[in-house]
Amino acid sequence: MSSIVLRGVRPLNADPVDLVIESGVIKDLVKVGAGQGEVIDCTDLIALPGLVDLHTHLREPGREDAETVASGSAAAALGGFTCVFAMPNTSPVADTAGVVEQILRLGVQAGLVDVQPIGAVTVDQKGETLAELGAMADSAAAVRIFSDDGHCVSDPLLMRRALEYVKAFDGIIAQHAQDPKLTVGSQMHEGDVSARLGLRGWPAVAEESIIARDCLLAEHVDSRYHALHITTAGSVEIIRSAKAKGLKVTAEVTPHHLLLTDELATTYDPVFKVNPPLRTQADVDALRLGLADGTIDLVGTDHAPHTAEHKQCEWDSAAFGMLGLETALSVVVLTMVNTGLMTWAQLADRMSFAPARIGNAKNHGRPIAAGEPANLTIVDPKVIWQITPDQIASKSKNTPFLEIDLPCKVIHTLLRGEFTVKNSKVNK
Amino acid sequence: MKHLLSTHDLSKENALNILDTARMLSDVSDRTIRKLPTLRGRTVVNLFYEDSTRTRISFEAAAKRLSADVINFSAKGSSVSKGESLKDTALTLKAMGADAIVMRHHASGAAHILANSGWIDATVVNAGDGLHEHPTQALLDAYTIRHHLRANEGDLSGVRVAIVGDILHSRVARSNIWLLNTLGAHVTVVAPPTLLPVAVNSLPVEVSYDLDSVLGKVDAVMMLRIQHERMHDAYFPSIREYASRYGLDKGRVQLLPQGSIVMHPGPMNRGIEISAEVADGENSVIVEQVSNGVNVRMAVLYLLLGGAIEGEEKQ
Repeated sequence: MSSIVLRGVRPLNADPVDLVIESGVIKDLVKVGAGQGEVIDCTDLIALPGLVDLHTHLREPGREDAETVASGSAAAALGGFTCVFAMPNTSPVADTAGVVEQILRLGVQAGLVDVQPIGAVTVDQKGETLAELGAMADSAAAVRIFSDDGHCVSDPLLMRRALEYVKAFDGIIAQHAQDPKLTVGSQMHEGDVSARLGLRGWPAVAEESIIARDCLLAEHVDSRYHALHITTAGSVEIIRSAKAKGLKVTAEVTPHHLLLTDELATTYDPVFKVNPPLRTQADVDALRLGLADGTIDLVGTDHAPHTAEHKQCEWDSAAFGMLGLETALSVVVLTMVNTGLMTWAQLADRMSFAPARIGNAKNHGRPIAAGEPANLTIVDPKVIWQITPDQIASKSKNTPFLEIDLPCKVIHTLLRGEFTVKNSKVNK
Repeated sequence: MKHLLSTHDLSKENALNILDTARMLSDVSDRTIRKLPTLRGRTVVNLFYEDSTRTRISFEAAAKRLSADVINFSAKGSSVSKGESLKDTALTLKAMGADAIVMRHHASGAAHILANSGWIDATVVNAGDGLHEHPTQALLDAYTIRHHLRANEGDLSGVRVAIVGDILHSRVARSNIWLLNTLGAHVTVVAPPTLLPVAVNSLPVEVSYDLDSVLGKVDAVMMLRIQHERMHDAYFPSIREYASRYGLDKGRVQLLPQGSIVMHPGPMNRGIEISAEVADGENSVIVEQVSNGVNVRMAVLYLLLGGAIEGEEKQ
């Protein structure tokens, strides 16, 4: 059996070893020079567990002009991901066993990352009646996370029922927390900048009030609840106190909310239009501290591809959302590791172990140890790079991180011992 | 200065230059033949995505008095889903050789995008963008205030102005707040708390919820149009209650100090934010605001399209 040797790699930035891979599994970690097989020089590179994104929009079926499962998978692999969870706001909506199985199959065909479908909570994400959650759970896609992402399950009774119902198969409801009545026509964070720009405000309380209510519901019915993309200092406090009470509550933050603020709206460039919106520096600081201390469990990209015509227009008319897969790791290193807030081991937890655990992604988010699946991301922490539109693998180009010096580059990504990315190029 | 997009970014020097230029150009409006050859052969496009007869004809009159060719382009619907995109309209106007585009648009920031997108090289004048700004309205208001209270000279240091009504949704209010502040005036905004931005304290204004307590201390009061549909979003309980608390009627107008002026950007809801007696009363300068609007817009086009008063005299 042929082996691959990652020579001199540093698992989670620890001392260098030869990491030997055979038959898709980590066979052993041995002294540098001792590994036998096809040697790949990884001196000064860091080995991370393959990254897991609990929050990706792949747009297929329905909006293949913006992204396909194949193009999104390539973007994910280049970003160091070995598993992504696909949000159900496709067309048709992934609210039946048939659609989630279709997405699963497209992921297998693309073959670059494991694509795990998320199912809609309600039929057509309309917030009126429950989708067939059990059928999706029992399908080949084995759905465990349910979300109406893009829309909030705002009806308290429906939310309660959903939280209760999914307990039968250890499911979890992932909420896009946005009170619809408090955010009619909202365009950006409500504050100093919106007052100046004349863009309708999206107040922090519209997020926080839903999360607070949902935590109380999750406590009442003793169920698992996951708050997607939290953005405010107040939301961090609510999650912190829910966890202190022992509730089964988890939370996510996106890379862009760890770095960017509402001041960017002064450009009126819709590339900075996202939902939930960019907040203030005080919120950014609170989110960073919350991620560092574990109040926020994980980073999810909310990778949201949009075609040029939906972004080259007036702010009000533009679509919400920005790309994230190819820059996520760099932005987290920039904001959390290089600032001294987190270690590489903590980064591995927030970007791999925790999302895999919460999403029940078997064989992902495993320790780098003998006998574990060889899902690995090999990165060079010393490279400084900038993303440019022509190098983006995503079909859409709406990244907000142009012209920012990004630290850390993904060199290789391995899925079950196969290179999906080799020397920073898709290997397929 | 290539574009006029906002008063927030307008320097005091440029603002005063516009007001002084408007003062000189006002003589043209008083002549028998109200026309200057300055912009002969230049094309000004009035690109209006919202109905606004008043602002459009004011710009049209201004451009025509400067001998520009004027094209009125009324575009309904702008988003990707409805009709042509702003980008394609801009490219069309560029191909037709527009020298200046005067744009009214329902989206905040639309003028900013048009000017900075790289789609066109024409001058852009913001004639109102969403809830953001309406800079020429603020300039004509400042012109009117300066004419009455400062004899058309200098800045507005020491002038006290109240802006009353729907500050939250008003581009006129926003532009006036910045420009009046730049020119040294003291601004008080008066409204029910629901019609003020949550972050109103970040603006350079004093805030009051009580019109009666403010009127005795101002030299100019600017009444904003209240839109009936705001009632349905629970900004206030009824038009009647709004009018009784924030409307300027005959009784209230007597609280104003001697010589104070009453302003309104139009169109007025007579009997709601302003009573008919006050609108037509001796303190009212509302009709004058309209004629000043033409002079100020002439000045803006004149200066942005490369005219200079001195150069004009020599021609």
